[in-house]
Amino acid sequence: MTTKSQALLNWIDERFPLTSNWKAHLSEYYAPKNFNFWYFFGSLALLVLVIQIVTGIFLVMHYKPDASLNAAGVPVAFASVEYIMRDVPGGWLIRYMHSTGASAFFIVVYLHMFRGLLYGSYRKPRELIWIFGTLIFLVLMAEAFMGYLLPWGQMSFWGAQVIVNLFSAIPLVGPDLSLVIRGDYVVSDATLNRFFSFHVIAVPLVLIGLVVAHILALHEVGSNNPDGVEIKKKKDENGIPLDGIPFHPYYSVKDIVGVVGFLFFFSAVVFFAPEGGGYFLEFNNFIPADPLKTPPHIAPVWYFTPFYSILRAVTYPLFGLDAKFWGVVAMGASVVIIAFLPWLDRSPVKSIRYKGPVFKGAIAIFLVCFFILGYLGVLPPTAGRTLVSQICSVLYFAFFLLMPWYSKLDKCKPEPERVTFK
Amino acid sequence: MSVDHKMDSSRRQLLVATSAAGGVAAVATAVPFVASLTPSERAKAAGAPVEVDVGKLAPGEMMTVEWRGKPVWILRRTPEMLASLDKTADLVSDPESQKPQQPEYAKNKFRSIKPEYLVTVGICTHLGCSPSEKFKAGAESGMGPDWVGGFLCPCHGSQFDLAGRVYKSMPAPDNLEVPPHKYLADTTIIVGEDGKA
Repeated sequence: MTTKSQALLNWIDERFPLTSNWKAHLSEYYAPKNFNFWYFFGSLALLVLVIQIVTGIFLVMHYKPDASLNAAGVPVAFASVEYIMRDVPGGWLIRYMHSTGASAFFIVVYLHMFRGLLYGSYRKPRELIWIFGTLIFLVLMAEAFMGYLLPWGQMSFWGAQVIVNLFSAIPLVGPDLSLVIRGDYVVSDATLNRFFSFHVIAVPLVLIGLVVAHILALHEVGSNNPDGVEIKKKKDENGIPLDGIPFHPYYSVKDIVGVVGFLFFFSAVVFFAPEGGGYFLEFNNFIPADPLKTPPHIAPVWYFTPFYSILRAVTYPLFGLDAKFWGVVAMGASVVIIAFLPWLDRSPVKSIRYKGPVFKGAIAIFLVCFFILGYLGVLPPTAGRTLVSQICSVLYFAFFLLMPWYSKLDKCKPEPERVTFK
Repeated sequence: MSVDHKMDSSRRQLLVATSAAGGVAAVATAVPFVASLTPSERAKAAGAPVEVDVGKLAPGEMMTVEWRGKPVWILRRTPEMLASLDKTADLVSDPESQKPQQPEYAKNKFRSIKPEYLVTVGICTHLGCSPSEKFKAGAESGMGPDWVGGFLCPCHGSQFDLAGRVYKSMPAPDNLEVPPHKYLADTTIIVGEDGKA
């Protein structure tokens, strides 16, 4: 570095902690050297967040949150999305990046969460990272749900109608609560405008705050790794973990490889299958919202379907309260229970590599149930499907609630002293 | 720090008092923000009654009108349709319309003022989807051979009979809502205004 630029850096460092932060979070943040491909998805989630924010900023320049009908009898909001798709130069690309980005976000986040599940990344001392992560997932669902109303198509309208009505199932306060959420007696222009406000300002701010907290908590305790052993236990004479390598340049370069790989898939979808076969953009959403007519089959977007199936699986009233209320409780609990994993897992080892057959079997059953629930969630309900989703819902909860016992019973292999690395 | 811990209690009291007062003010500031989320005066005023001429409805035909942004169905029931209500009485969860899902004047077997015309809000009491017509009886309806005609909610499969009464063990907890309505003339209904005529 030339003396002049060094002088500039010194000038800044005397006024702002630039170099010290660079070191703390990048060049001298020591991450385990044995990360595998599962560790791409954290940085990819950050990339998708940036894609969503940038494309979102440009979409807002042309989008109009207005449910009134234009001269042609089409809702203004719906027409403004068509305008972006057809008349705004490059608008179709920006919009498809945003809509594909929503699904990509959930794919990446689900894989990121599954990585945590596999390697016990939620265990002590990383409980807060996991809780912040669960909150990010919850906030992300709210963000996606509100964003889905904005095109003001049939699925937007009826999806919002169903989900807002879920809140009315809460005893006593429910009906008033859903009125406050909608701002009207039905999903209307008032609802569209407030969801727009939440989608572009309030929720993204919360999301970014939580992401910062998630990363700060991670950098405080250090990353877990596929072996689930703490690298901070073995340090060299300078206090640097023997199995740690600086995040920059090692993992910054590795993550760029992940980014390139991700962008291959992302671009393929954006350019060749932006509707994702009706899963990323549902076909009924190309029809303007009609408050008088529900489409013959409505289903949430794919990333909500496992939880939606759990909602539908509850068909019995209990303690004098409707099945509807308990369905909502079950759906809420199915997400919130994830946050309690750090205290449910009593296994002596963290990583799946050293866990025994019981835990491996439990994870396999859980995964199968999660996929079945997700698949059933897009289908119309029948008696047989409801039964299957009831069985899968029970197994879903059993995975969490029985974990304190089966994780203790399991025959685990001994953990290595240091990370394994070929 | 070996400073002696003698606290100036009057200053501390002032501190607590001002913090509490400030806290109350801060909470009070939330009031207009929460209030702004509730339905506006315009939204409240939008519930104007709707006048409908039902004379053009053929027996067995249904029309939909918009009232307060919701679909309101007016179904002209045939004698067979009315007879089907006796068959469903044992299958529905609230055959006598005990729950307050209708005005007093529609609390009868047909859930209507005139048996022939059913007036009901076409919004499922489960999660607010609009049920579809399944008026044809028997296997032809796609609802199984025992089906006598009614409505099916596409979202979660709740079934209703031709008086909007929900079948037992369905996701929907209540019968479809009958809105306040009255007859202005023999075949003119006003939806949104009470009073038996």
